[in-house]
Amino acid sequence: MYLYPIWVRLWHLFNAILFLVLIITGISMQYTDMKDYILVVGFARAVKWHNIAAILLTLNYIFFVTGNIFSGNSRYYKIEKKNFFADLTAQTGYYAFGIFKGQKHPFPVTLEQKFNPLQKLSYFLAMYVAMPLLIISGLGLLFPETVINQFIGISGMILTDILHITMGFFLSVFMIIHIYTCTLGARPTSLFKSMVSGYHEPENHND
Amino acid sequence: MNLTIFRYFLFLLIITIGSNNSANGLDFNYKQPDSQDSITFNSPFYEDNERCFKCHGQNKYEYNNESLGRQVKASMFSERIINRNKFYQSNHKSFSCTDCHSSDYEKFPHPGELRMEQMYNCIDCHGNDEKFAQFNFEEIESEYQKSSHFKLEEEGFSCWKCHGPHDYKISIRNTSNLKETILYDNNICLRCHSHYDQFQLLSEKEEINILQKHEWLPNQETHFKSVRCIECHTMVNDTILVAHLIKPKVEAVKGCNECHSQNSLLMTSLYKFQSKEQRQDGFLNGIILNQSYVIGANRNEYLNIISLLITGIVLIIIVVHIYFRVIRK
Repeated sequence: MYLYPIWVRLWHLFNAILFLVLIITGISMQYTDMKDYILVVGFARAVKWHNIAAILLTLNYIFFVTGNIFSGNSRYYKIEKKNFFADLTAQTGYYAFGIFKGQKHPFPVTLEQKFNPLQKLSYFLAMYVAMPLLIISGLGLLFPETVINQFIGISGMILTDILHITMGFFLSVFMIIHIYTCTLGARPTSLFKSMVSGYHEPENHND
Repeated sequence: MNLTIFRYFLFLLIITIGSNNSANGLDFNYKQPDSQDSITFNSPFYEDNERCFKCHGQNKYEYNNESLGRQVKASMFSERIINRNKFYQSNHKSFSCTDCHSSDYEKFPHPGELRMEQMYNCIDCHGNDEKFAQFNFEEIESEYQKSSHFKLEEEGFSCWKCHGPHDYKISIRNTSNLKETILYDNNICLRCHSHYDQFQLLSEKEEINILQKHEWLPNQETHFKSVRCIECHTMVNDTILVAHLIKPKVEAVKGCNECHSQNSLLMTSLYKFQSKEQRQDGFLNGIILNQSYVIGANRNEYLNIISLLITGIVLIIIVVHIYFRVIRK
């Protein structure tokens, strides 16, 4: 089943590469020290590559949002209000217990339903809440003169940076979970192959 | 979806409405921080000093020329003009002019030999004096003698080039507005280093452009507003408040990590004497947060712990999940 068009796969590839660069350089800036660099690059280099990757990620994000609007891909992210909690519970129950008992997937992938309810919620929060906040706070840090000096008695720079590193952290954790859940396809490598070929391997091919 | 868009623009608005007070390049104009001082301070020598300020307090002066038998108006040599307000705000505001200058200046026309009057230096009054022990002027003098500036003494450099005896006001020790203090202190350097007419009086070097020389510095304007020139251009000395050993330019701090790190250099220079009461708990080098924010130096310890906990829990869940997947296969 052809599920991932070329523009989605290209966006996803660039998003993944840029996000990895941003995580490594971001950690380097946050945990840099005077003499010892443990698993991190130097501050000056980290700043330079973080800025370059961030600008490219922002452009890539604009491409993603625009693509979603014009291609209709955004319909896959639409969260159903009806049975919202029941569906979430069913999907969570499947990941927590059902998957080990060989139960059928409660929300099998179809051309009309690319994502299960848990994916929809997490992708929506990641791409439409965390990413905009990450990008805007990042722009604030890139152009510090635009950030307000004080907000509710606290330095605007502190708030902006805490928002930035918090969103960056949540998206990094999201990425770890995302990579792991991608091993839960028909075969552990199926979903990774799908993001290269564009074709989804149905679960009944398993075993 | 509409809610998300609304949040997006609301935040964009919040983040950008602030102080768009950025200028193109550096703003070298210094505003008087405590103009009240000139109003509240009553000098016991005000009347005496006024006899000097009558001529030396403005661009023009007037005197009765007995040879010509009439009043004569003349321009005051710019280096001999003393700003009355700045003087009464300065460290030496309680002085009489003749505490430092010869009492022969009380005569007019001033005797010609007074041109050769020997001027005091800081150490002449402040050295080896218990009253000023906390400032450690002896160490300041020793550091100054090792600095790049000292090499220019023969060209006419002295303490006064940076610390004007008629206007210098100590600022870093008891400042309530660090940004203003930084501006004041940096303007001391820029008085020569960004004004070639002043610079060439002491050096034969070609004119330098401060902004171009610091082009390598990211967010240059923010750096110039947030730290003093001496943070990078001096050798820190633990026994004195303000480092006076100006290093040759090749030895200036150029590594970001010197400040942007847990052991930030700023804690031994700019924030050296800030009291512990002002510390903001939970942040490394929290004192900086009262005035600024330095990426890498200001990490929040609570967020560090929480982030490690969350990452650890997620990894444990994944490992347990993999384990059950393997054994139930």
